[in-house]
Amino acid sequence: MALRTLISSSRQTLATGLGLGLQSEARNLGLGFRHARELQTFSLPDLPYDYSALEPVISGEIMQLHHQKHHQTYITNYNKALEQLDEAMAKGDSSTVVKLQSAIKFNGGGHINHSIFWKNLTPIREGGGEPPKHSLGWAIDTHFGSFEALVQKINTEGAALQGSGWVWLGLDKEMKRLVVETTANQDPLVTKGANLVPLLGIDVWEHAYYLQYKNVRPDYLKNVWKVMNWKFASEVYEKECP
Amino acid sequence: MASFCSRPFPASSHLLATDFSRPLKISKLLYLQRKGQFHGSQRASKVLAFYGLTTPPYNLDALEPYMSQRTLEIHWGKHHRGYLEGLNKQLENNNSLYGYTMDELVKVTYNNGNPLPEFNNAAQVWTHDFFWESMQPGGGKIPGHGVLLQIEKDFGSFTNFREKFIEAALTLFGSGWIWLALKTKEKRLAVIKTSNGVTPIVWGDIPIISLDMWEHAYYLDYKNDKVKYVNMFLNNLVSWNAATARMARAEAFVNLGEPKIPVA
Repeated sequence: MALRTLISSSRQTLATGLGLGLQSEARNLGLGFRHARELQTFSLPDLPYDYSALEPVISGEIMQLHHQKHHQTYITNYNKALEQLDEAMAKGDSSTVVKLQSAIKFNGGGHINHSIFWKNLTPIREGGGEPPKHSLGWAIDTHFGSFEALVQKINTEGAALQGSGWVWLGLDKEMKRLVVETTANQDPLVTKGANLVPLLGIDVWEHAYYLQYKNVRPDYLKNVWKVMNWKFASEVYEKECP
Repeated sequence: MASFCSRPFPASSHLLATDFSRPLKISKLLYLQRKGQFHGSQRASKVLAFYGLTTPPYNLDALEPYMSQRTLEIHWGKHHRGYLEGLNKQLENNNSLYGYTMDELVKVTYNNGNPLPEFNNAAQVWTHDFFWESMQPGGGKIPGHGVLLQIEKDFGSFTNFREKFIEAALTLFGSGWIWLALKTKEKRLAVIKTSNGVTPIVWGDIPIISLDMWEHAYYLDYKNDKVKYVNMFLNNLVSWNAATARMARAEAFVNLGEPKIPVA
């Protein structure tokens, strides 16, 4: 399946409260009209593989629900929150602007995180599970001692995370250092540090594994490495650390 | 002293299982004798406190088809039991937490918002005990007279309460619980959302019913259809009997109306 970009090409022009259908190129004509802003809406990216392609590690049923229901819901609610934000900003309604922040963080974060997650996974026959080589491989050995030590650390932190959240392998692009971090709910990795770039993330919300692994999150974590797409993680790493 | 009032639930309530093989949740002293005691050695005995796993006051298939036996088996048998065993293991190492009732343990480990490591397990044992008892076979419909009056007073109407409850369940971010609780300072009922294992008792409020919104509570039966789950709970599972008993007990602690002071 082709991988579409995150941002759809559909754009909406929002006129201000004046109710006029201003074109997106409208400028401030000095007539007292405010800028018309474009609001980008987001749509569900296609998975780069079939729903059943990650079996038996992650079942097709989970992949379909996770993608078509959970991720889609985050996108729908993110778009809704952005629209409300836009209206509130246009009206100068500060209390609504601030009130919407948690919905934007949650739903926008959900969209960001899941978009990365689909790329972090790949079927075994397409290289899933193959450990990283070259610069990322060396960086892992340098920072964690060995690839196995890294996996162990991520699994431990992922299993210990209470409630819902994510466990990440990130790159601190300023310090040029790899880190393992967890975030709660749908907080993106940047909430743990503005310089952190996610290389790979593992969703440890129960919906990510429950139908198959039930309460045994450690089994899910142990197995998910078999479909880990280290090629993608290496690409991200090499872009930041050429 | 072992306490039988480890949750706001009168021991005489008909909702307690009459089958006494159900383990009572009291803190017990367990003296472990080291091997070789018989041979006259006076080694120190190890003292452990532990809590027991309470069983739901109905069979695991009694809530079908609204909450499947499979869900109860895993939710109670694995998750709830897991929290309990985790708690007991933590308590083995930490004698300063020995001897509390479950209510007290939850509040102490909450530590005014800086939870100790034991809080998660203790709180989740408490919340799940409370949750099983917040449901009953043939539940749902509308509350009994006293609770209904209070709900109408504090929410305007039962319908409005329902809407607020459902809205809270659908707008909770992440894992957590939805409560109908009596706020002790405001002296009124309110719908409360909490995250992970937090319970309103840590703030001194009195919970009346609860709904588990962790995904493990509904995913096997409803997948991601939270709307259906919450509605099924309100229509068919919520135990207004338990709510009545809890409200009755709460009124010993909170004055909901004018106090009736007897005139000599």
